[in-house]
Amino acid sequence: MQQIVNFIIRNKSFLLFLFLFLVSLGFTIQSHSFHKSKFVNSANFLTGGIYTMSNNFSDYFGLKQQNILLQEENNTLKSLLYNSKNAKDSVFIDSTRFNKTYRFISGQVIRNSYSKTNNVILINKGKTDSLEQDFGVITSKGILGIVEKTSAHNATVLSILNTTTRISAQLKKTNHFGTISWNAKSPQYIQLTEIPQIAPVIIGDTIITSGRSAIFPKGVPVGTVAKFNLDTAENYYEITVKLFNDMTDLEHVYIIENTNKNTLKTLLNNRDD
Amino acid sequence: MTSIFSINTVRFVVLLLLQVLVFSNINFLGYINPHIYILFILLFPVKNNRMTIIFLSFLLGLSIDMFLDTGGINAAASVFIAYIRPVALKFSFGALYDHQSIKFSTTELGQRITYISILTVIHHFIFFSLEIFNFSKILLILENTLYSSIFTILLCILITIIFSRKKKK
Repeated sequence: MQQIVNFIIRNKSFLLFLFLFLVSLGFTIQSHSFHKSKFVNSANFLTGGIYTMSNNFSDYFGLKQQNILLQEENNTLKSLLYNSKNAKDSVFIDSTRFNKTYRFISGQVIRNSYSKTNNVILINKGKTDSLEQDFGVITSKGILGIVEKTSAHNATVLSILNTTTRISAQLKKTNHFGTISWNAKSPQYIQLTEIPQIAPVIIGDTIITSGRSAIFPKGVPVGTVAKFNLDTAENYYEITVKLFNDMTDLEHVYIIENTNKNTLKTLLNNRDD
Repeated sequence: MTSIFSINTVRFVVLLLLQVLVFSNINFLGYINPHIYILFILLFPVKNNRMTIIFLSFLLGLSIDMFLDTGGINAAASVFIAYIRPVALKFSFGALYDHQSIKFSTTELGQRITYISILTVIHHFIFFSLEIFNFSKILLILENTLYSSIFTILLCILITIIFSRKKKK
């Protein structure tokens, strides 16, 4: 007993080092597996508060650009609205009267990151705005990521520039679908795999989300095909997609809630049993 | 004692905020960011207890991880250099360290550069190994380590020079 105590006292700094090093390694490994960074994340009260404060200042620098972006989006929406009115006069087009499957919440990015291998974005909406895990996040240009952790007023978003994120996507012109992932090389390009070799892929084709998961609706723009080749087994294409979004310049985002998610989930789970 | 305590507390908070609000957003050439918060560990008084610095650097690393959503990467790297700091001190300052009489403002610039470089390179190597977490990408790890280290070392030396001048006047 005496010897054990002596040993501990003699090596106390090494033991403390070992303990803390293992704890931090544990956190690291946890953070590398999807949806598991339990309490070391920036959505909490203190870090979220400080980021909100600093964002209050830095907001102003990008104001002009963001206004232009919002205006562009308003333009496209307006043209859609008026065009459809003129073209199909007799059709009932007031979409607010239908049962809405997808609810949109607008938010702002208060911390962006794109230079790491696992990028996480912080937004200024949280539980009080009824955000939950696995809500989709998009911008006016295209797809952005998936909500991971929420606190009262902030939430972290797993960006598509994160090597653990997987999102289902498809070609716009046909329904061949695959999975988007990121190889951590450039914030402008992501990879689309598992598109069958039979699909007619051409450089410049538009890629959209497939709506096969309950997170994103079908048709959210992702990017265009920049390069493609067959994988080693020659069964599937490996496509490099150039994103519509400039991931280094983000401000206004829309969070998508799928109100049918629970129904879908129970449906799928029942089938598994 | 109180002055050492208060100086280090201020340094802790200031370096933490500077790191997460300014230096982690530089993204020089797309991905190069300096990690100047390790100055806290480098400049921590030599005479103090070894347990204290190991624990404090863990705390600092973890707070930075919390801000940057990096799991425990910064914590692991900081704890490691806090633990091996005596070895680096002995290697770069030699006899001065044996007498426990180092004051960083009075040491020679060359020795100081060696000391900062050794710990920075080790810190960055562990940092990027854990961040990329894939041994087949060892070249990417080494590349990142090299570039970021150069940036960090330059900034650390500049900061120590600027602040040691002020004290003399």
